[in-house]
Amino acid sequence: MTKTNTTGTTEAPDTMIKFDGVTKIYSDQTVAIEDISFEVERGTTTVFVGPSGCGKTTTMTLVNRMQDPTEGAVYYDGTDIQELDKVDLRRDIGYVIQEIGLFDHMTVGENIATVPELKGWDQSRIDDRVDELLELMDLEPGTYRDQYPNALSGGQQQRIGVARALAADPDVLLMDEPFGALDPLTREELQDEFLEIQERIDTTILFVTHDINEALKMGDKIAIFDVGELVQYGSPKEILHNPATEFVEDFIGADRTLKELQITPVRDIMSESVPTVEQPTASSVADTAEAATAALADGTGDQYVAPTNTVDIALSRMIETDTQSLPVVKDDDVVGTITESSIRAHQSNGGV
Amino acid sequence: MGLIDALLATYTYLVANFDEFLRLLAEHLALVLVSVALAIVIAIPMGVLATRNERAKSIVMSFGNVSQTVPTLAIIALVFPILGLGFLPALVGLFAYALLPILTNTVAGLENVDESTVEAARGMGMTENQILRQIQLPLAVPVIFAGIRTSAVLNVGTAYLAFFIGGGGLGVWVISGISLFNTPQLLAGAIPGALLAIGLDSLFGLIEGRLSGESMAEQSAAAG
Repeated sequence: MTKTNTTGTTEAPDTMIKFDGVTKIYSDQTVAIEDISFEVERGTTTVFVGPSGCGKTTTMTLVNRMQDPTEGAVYYDGTDIQELDKVDLRRDIGYVIQEIGLFDHMTVGENIATVPELKGWDQSRIDDRVDELLELMDLEPGTYRDQYPNALSGGQQQRIGVARALAADPDVLLMDEPFGALDPLTREELQDEFLEIQERIDTTILFVTHDINEALKMGDKIAIFDVGELVQYGSPKEILHNPATEFVEDFIGADRTLKELQITPVRDIMSESVPTVEQPTASSVADTAEAATAALADGTGDQYVAPTNTVDIALSRMIETDTQSLPVVKDDDVVGTITESSIRAHQSNGGV
Repeated sequence: MGLIDALLATYTYLVANFDEFLRLLAEHLALVLVSVALAIVIAIPMGVLATRNERAKSIVMSFGNVSQTVPTLAIIALVFPILGLGFLPALVGLFAYALLPILTNTVAGLENVDESTVEAARGMGMTENQILRQIQLPLAVPVIFAGIRTSAVLNVGTAYLAFFIGGGGLGVWVISGISLFNTPQLLAGAIPGALLAIGLDSLFGLIEGRLSGESMAEQSAAAG
């Protein structure tokens, strides 16, 4: 791959992608985006979100030169992409689109092998990589490798689409509404799977969606677009807590606080004091801990939460069981407590 | 004369003149296969060119359309003043006639390839040539082959007219059979032609299956 730091731009060393005053005007004079500048940190996931026609997809396609900017410059690992060869650049960048675009005349294995083939890997390395990716996507290689895409469900096809994009270990992955065409259940399943995969790979991801919930769930950073304009760029927390404009506020919706709870893990709020029966002062807490242990024992338990659960789930279970605190359970051990008042305190403190 | 009698007489005629029959059949087959083969070689690249460039497309398509609108007999007749009599002029006429179905189907086949498939291929770093060879053409094979089959079947019929400019073929028996009211001779020329058309159609169907991968057709059926 081309890793030259030729340009004299000064930027933080961990910047993978940088937009510098980028404007794109299509040949029919439509202004898709106007004077957009931002930086994407290496290894993070940035979600572009906004209504249809806001320029989010255009912005993404400027990165792999499916479009070229009218004004301004896009930097890839410090290099102006106009100086890079289009074809080489694209082979280093994974690309997932909503329509999936699998090659129907090739097997699943051949589809995944596309970019490694183009890069001229040797066959045994390609075969190993295909199997590795199928396993990563939870698809048994022996069953799926030689199937044709038409025989697969939509969810399976998009898993193959993601595997194909990751095949040559790209530094950057572009995902254009990757789960947009799937039914809600499959979509959530794929989002969760992808979040796990994301932990394991060190890829800079740009993700386009029109769904603010998906953006909050998937993104380390969120870029909110309004017609051709980048109106706010920040972490999900920042955006939920300090919407920059009325547009952002409307776009997030009236349930802003609930959305914050949806992205806050229990471990951020819980107190680590482990309630035990030997502490008679914390009797109410101890009761719930006992209840939780009982629930754990008979396997029915809704009366506790895991540290990785989000706070909205904790709150929902509190309402369900009409209690004000819940034990936090990890690997069958009670590791802490979360109370309704601690959630309220956390929110009024500005969610930090 | 009843139908059975006519068929029996045809059979007798065929057996009695079997050597001549084989010669005429070979000529007929040569006219069809060579003209279609030439049409494939010319029409597919022209079709590819047409999908790459709007202006080339209008020129190529109008050329193909014109060659198709001229009546069959007229094409044969038009070639005659230029190239004279014999096998070659007949071949040229048939070639012109075979172009359009292959050309239109090549264009349609390539244009029908899902835009998102091409976008995915381009986004992954395939060059335009790789997209054409590895993605568009393989996906267009069934449609292109439908065009080739149409041309082949059409030309089995059209090749009967080669007789008028001395091109040979089964038309020799059919046309003289009509002129001489010799029904057995007429049928001995006509029936094998019908069988030939069906045979060629199946043959190309078989090749198409091989080329586009039977497994894919099966998989599609299973998924549907």
